[in-house]
Amino acid sequence: MHVIRFLATRIIVYLLVVWIGVTIVFFVPRFVPGNPVDAMLGKMMSQGTNMDPKLVASMRQTLTELFGLEGTLWEQYSAFLTRVLLTRDFGPSLSYYPTPVSMLIGRALPWSLGLMLTALAISWTLGNFIGLLAGYHNKSIASKAIETTAMLVYPIPYYILALLLVILFAYVWPVFPFVFQVSGAPGTWQWMVSVAYNSFLPLMSIVIVSLGWWIISMKALAIDTKEEDFVQFARYRGANDNKVMIRYVARTAILPQITVLALSIGGVFGGSLITEILFGYPGMGSLIYKAILGSDYNLMVGAISLSIVAVATATLVLDILYPFIDPRIRYN
Amino acid sequence: MRLVKPRLVVGLVIVGVFLVLGVIAPLFAPEDPTAWNTYFRNKPPSSLHLMGTNNLGQDIFWLLTWSIRNSLWIGLSVAALATAIGVLVGMLAGFVGGFLDRVLTLCMDVVIAVPSLPILILISALLGGNASLVIIAMVLVIFNWPWPGRQARAMALSLREREFINVAQASGESTAKILILEILPFMLGWALANFVNTILVAIAAESGLAIIGLSSLKEATLGTMIYWAMQHQALLLEQWFWILSPILSIMLLFIGLFLVSTGWSDYFATRRGRQ
Repeated sequence: MHVIRFLATRIIVYLLVVWIGVTIVFFVPRFVPGNPVDAMLGKMMSQGTNMDPKLVASMRQTLTELFGLEGTLWEQYSAFLTRVLLTRDFGPSLSYYPTPVSMLIGRALPWSLGLMLTALAISWTLGNFIGLLAGYHNKSIASKAIETTAMLVYPIPYYILALLLVILFAYVWPVFPFVFQVSGAPGTWQWMVSVAYNSFLPLMSIVIVSLGWWIISMKALAIDTKEEDFVQFARYRGANDNKVMIRYVARTAILPQITVLALSIGGVFGGSLITEILFGYPGMGSLIYKAILGSDYNLMVGAISLSIVAVATATLVLDILYPFIDPRIRYN
Repeated sequence: MRLVKPRLVVGLVIVGVFLVLGVIAPLFAPEDPTAWNTYFRNKPPSSLHLMGTNNLGQDIFWLLTWSIRNSLWIGLSVAALATAIGVLVGMLAGFVGGFLDRVLTLCMDVVIAVPSLPILILISALLGGNASLVIIAMVLVIFNWPWPGRQARAMALSLREREFINVAQASGESTAKILILEILPFMLGWALANFVNTILVAIAAESGLAIIGLSSLKEATLGTMIYWAMQHQALLLEQWFWILSPILSIMLLFIGLFLVSTGWSDYFATRRGRQ
């Protein structure tokens, strides 16, 4: 029963998050002064083309239709919800006409998820391991030095570190590329090497910052756990020190870290959007940025609403996996 | 055991320096440092221009102080509002309990889970660089009140069972009075740590938007300063003071705020433990 209740709450929250996020994305353009059709027409006019008023009127009509701005607010809203949640069809992109928005998103989303999940996997594993060592041996000087370093790195936002890394390693000492440029055909060895090489700096900017947090929090958890009775008991029984650390302390202290991992996905995704733009990494961040620069309304709305759905889904998946990892939830 | 940790002191000193740079120093700026061509361009640092001038003819030091001032303004106003709303809503939810608690908790959980940066990007993009700092601050408040809210709820929930609250209730005190006179004082120490942390979150969000040119481009903040420097090729021109001073300021300010926030909660926890 406990598991069912747990899952039901999570799924309700998930549905509400997706619904509210998508609803905000729907209403924002309608309440912000200036509408996207006028912006688009204004952009076309400013490029110097002289159009006769009839043509402008018919264009306005077409754009209104393309952007899904036709009909009453309620009609637009229900059409928008169906688009995001069911058909995933946001119409054609205007800057890449006639490529459909869904196709551009389909191409960019794996890049973003790949960057974010690799970064999270590396920093979570490494950070928890270092934090465990630092917490278990918390009297040592190394432990204090590690915590101080972590506390100095953690508060820095991803993109500030990204900027610093770009300036240092792509500009002052150019060992990494300034612009993301992959060579070779997808799937080949050459391609994989070039992807890894190009992704190194963006990946590091996310890893280094989030590493700080995992170290700080794991250290605190490990210090608390190692004072618990069952750990003391294992020690009195004469269990090997490393075994106590891994089997007893790590297994208990890691559980809250999994919950935090699920909660941190949204923040990491948000931060990596800006990191992507700074590095020209071909993910959702850069796609949204291109959409903004080109006043590509469909692409902007589509990419942002699907980002919200993607983050919420990733969080939900981790949350659902949690009872399988934590025996206290499973058997209660 | 020492009560005040060195961490808190270091943090307070750093934040203090930034308060002086951001609140007092801008009052002495000789001219509006955002105006172009006020001074000769590309001057190296000197006693006249502490950090030199950039290729727009702006004095980098005074530009930096104005940027710090606006960034602090955003941070402080968002943190004050979000903490106030969060503490009030959380207290109400935890103390009243029942259906109201369930609805408010659900609200907080949902708002926390909605990714705020994509929505901020959308709003700023549609406003096309005309987003005022006030609008950005308002959106940040909407997304940041649930963090203190959840914590305040948990605290109110445990306080509700305490003896003195029962006495107050039994003697017929109104809910509002109990919340403000009996529960709120317990939350203030913790709320301060949260307040400092929210300053950091708000400044981080605004500068993130600003770096990609989506904040208010008319006002100087630490983020827009980086954006302008990149737009005007500060890297190629090797104008290190222009591009690095806001980057290093953000890093230092955030380290300072983080140290104050964690140092204060440690201090507060130890002090409470002694009572």
